[in-house]
Amino acid sequence: MLNRLLSNDLPRSRWLAALLLVLFLGLAFAPFLFPGVKALNVAAKVLIFIALVASFDLLLGYTGIVSFAHTMFFGIGAYGVAISLNAAESPSWAALGFGVLAALLVSLVLSLVIGLFSLRVKAIFFAMITLAVATAFLTLASQLSDFTGGEDGLSFSVPELLTPGFTLMEEPLQTPLGEVDLNGRFITYYLIFGTVTAIFLTLLRIVNSPFGRVLQAIRENDFRAEALGYRTVVYRTLSNVLSASFATLAGCLLAIWLRYNGPDTSLSFEIMLDILLIVVIGGMGTMYGAVIGSVLFVLAQSYLQDLLRLAGGATEGLPLLPALLTPDRWLLWLGVLFVLSVYYFPSGVVGKLRERAARPPRARPAGGAASPAQPTARRP
Amino acid sequence: MKQLKELDWKPMALVPALALIALPLTGSPSTWLTLTVAGLAMGMIVFIIASGLTLVFGLMDVLNFGHGVFIALGAFVATTVLASMGSYTTADSLWLNLMALFPAMLVAMAVAGALGLAFERLIIRPVYGMHLKQILITMGGMIIGEELIKVFWGPEQIPLPLPEALRGSILLGDAAVAKYRLLAVLVGGAVFAAMVWTLNRTKVGLLIRAGVQDREMVESLGYRIKRLFVGVFVAGSALAGLGGVMWGLYQETVTPQMGHQVNVLIFIVIIIGGLGSTLGALIGALLVGLMANYTGFLFPKVALFSNIALMVAILLWRPQGVYPVTSR
Repeated sequence: MLNRLLSNDLPRSRWLAALLLVLFLGLAFAPFLFPGVKALNVAAKVLIFIALVASFDLLLGYTGIVSFAHTMFFGIGAYGVAISLNAAESPSWAALGFGVLAALLVSLVLSLVIGLFSLRVKAIFFAMITLAVATAFLTLASQLSDFTGGEDGLSFSVPELLTPGFTLMEEPLQTPLGEVDLNGRFITYYLIFGTVTAIFLTLLRIVNSPFGRVLQAIRENDFRAEALGYRTVVYRTLSNVLSASFATLAGCLLAIWLRYNGPDTSLSFEIMLDILLIVVIGGMGTMYGAVIGSVLFVLAQSYLQDLLRLAGGATEGLPLLPALLTPDRWLLWLGVLFVLSVYYFPSGVVGKLRERAARPPRARPAGGAASPAQPTARRP
Repeated sequence: MKQLKELDWKPMALVPALALIALPLTGSPSTWLTLTVAGLAMGMIVFIIASGLTLVFGLMDVLNFGHGVFIALGAFVATTVLASMGSYTTADSLWLNLMALFPAMLVAMAVAGALGLAFERLIIRPVYGMHLKQILITMGGMIIGEELIKVFWGPEQIPLPLPEALRGSILLGDAAVAKYRLLAVLVGGAVFAAMVWTLNRTKVGLLIRAGVQDREMVESLGYRIKRLFVGVFVAGSALAGLGGVMWGLYQETVTPQMGHQVNVLIFIVIIIGGLGSTLGALIGALLVGLMANYTGFLFPKVALFSNIALMVAILLWRPQGVYPVTSR
């Protein structure tokens, strides 16, 4: 049963399995375990990032193409929901559904067109073209202020069931861990949890299907895959379309959770960088990497900034150091971390854990220890 | 490239064709002339920046997403140098102004070139031949560079005023042509001429062209192409620094994010031109510059999309860019 659910792609490492189990349980019971508005916000953000990063990993880790337009599709999803609910007279489920469907359609067409254009020639074009298109889209979204709310973004209300004012029970639910308010936020959280779990399992299914194997073959050697009779353009484009659609869904979830959307929350280049970093830290080419990476990253995001504030305070008076160690410069440290992890840690947390597990107990000299089924560090 | 029996003239005809198409759309010839000169100036600046990137790609198959750092660095160095020159820039004498401007450009080129040397050693050398990692690493390098610029010069945008004698415009008939844009066209033309001369008339240029065509063959003849590549990379970074100074003066402000913004234009340019082709980069840059100015005047909101549309149209016609470089 579990094997089927995970599409036979088990963690293959005792430590990894334990870690994933803890994270799953933690997220599944987050409203009970970590009461408080802020903790729930963090948990929801982790969930949304898991879906977003897992969909990006389909592209980067499994197909081996770099896209800088992933936040664009994320943003399309968020704007779809935001614009639709903002324009509707009363926030209804129909308006929400319409927004999601419209966003999916736009993403589908856009990703298909971009894919057919740029993947036809050379994978390297794709990185440049997606960067250009995403920048243009960001500019457009902040300029068409009648439609998207411009730089200020759009605030909107969600269907009543999902509003914080809606209460399922008058009394807070008494649990052994404390009391929990059964309100609309609670329901929204579980809506997101359910959707993200479904997205994750679907993606796991996709990458472990014959289709996913072809994608990995293209990643390893596109020339050979083409020679074996697979139309690489078609597979790459399909992978791009699938990845874009799941990113759009993640964007819809973000908008529903925040009840607001603007260029900075869903479209900014900084989020693109975050996604890249999470994929690399978690491990490219493993769906589980998305889970581990997202949790680590979202926790570090708040933690590292606090740490920098402390370090900045401690080094006050010294030349230059305080300027380097303010929370404003945390992107700098993120960049350094990113470069270092691409060099020294290319298989990520999941890759490292699996390598350890695959090594026989009495380690032979390094190299040749990985079992044949073990996907070794990928070579781009 | 150019060793086809006769010169491939069709892409070259695109530039005047685009200008002619825009003539009836802009309304009056004087507006058209102003826009065309602005477009050519912008194109020349973009070409200065893009030429280094496209050579680096052609020679070593390295795609540098961090090229924008050199642009921003050049512009910021120029603000510091020009500010320290004080009276030279405010005096109403062309010669004094140029005496301030040229040292600023030289210092910017030197600093950008030095950073280029470090960037090549630290960021790019460990990932030769791995495209995916190159894209990721150079993007990381770009972020680090941008943040370091913010550390030294602050995150706000800094004004970079034109020297006194270069402000304002000259009247050609009815058309007002900004003086600085003429200077930009002149400098761009000079850089292009110097580059053509180096590539076509010197031994180093011969080796570079041969290396772009077939790296292994040049290596097997006993030349160290890696050393050549470092030289090209440094020169390309220095040119990006120069382009940054000119771009900053063109916009009259500099922001730490400018490298990223210009990078997008440059990618469009080198894709249009064909990765690795210098002449293609010139044509692409001029097309993009003209297109940006015409659409900026006619339909301001879609200016950036027009360049993407241009790129798509060119790729439909020639999927590898206007001058595809063989064996790649």
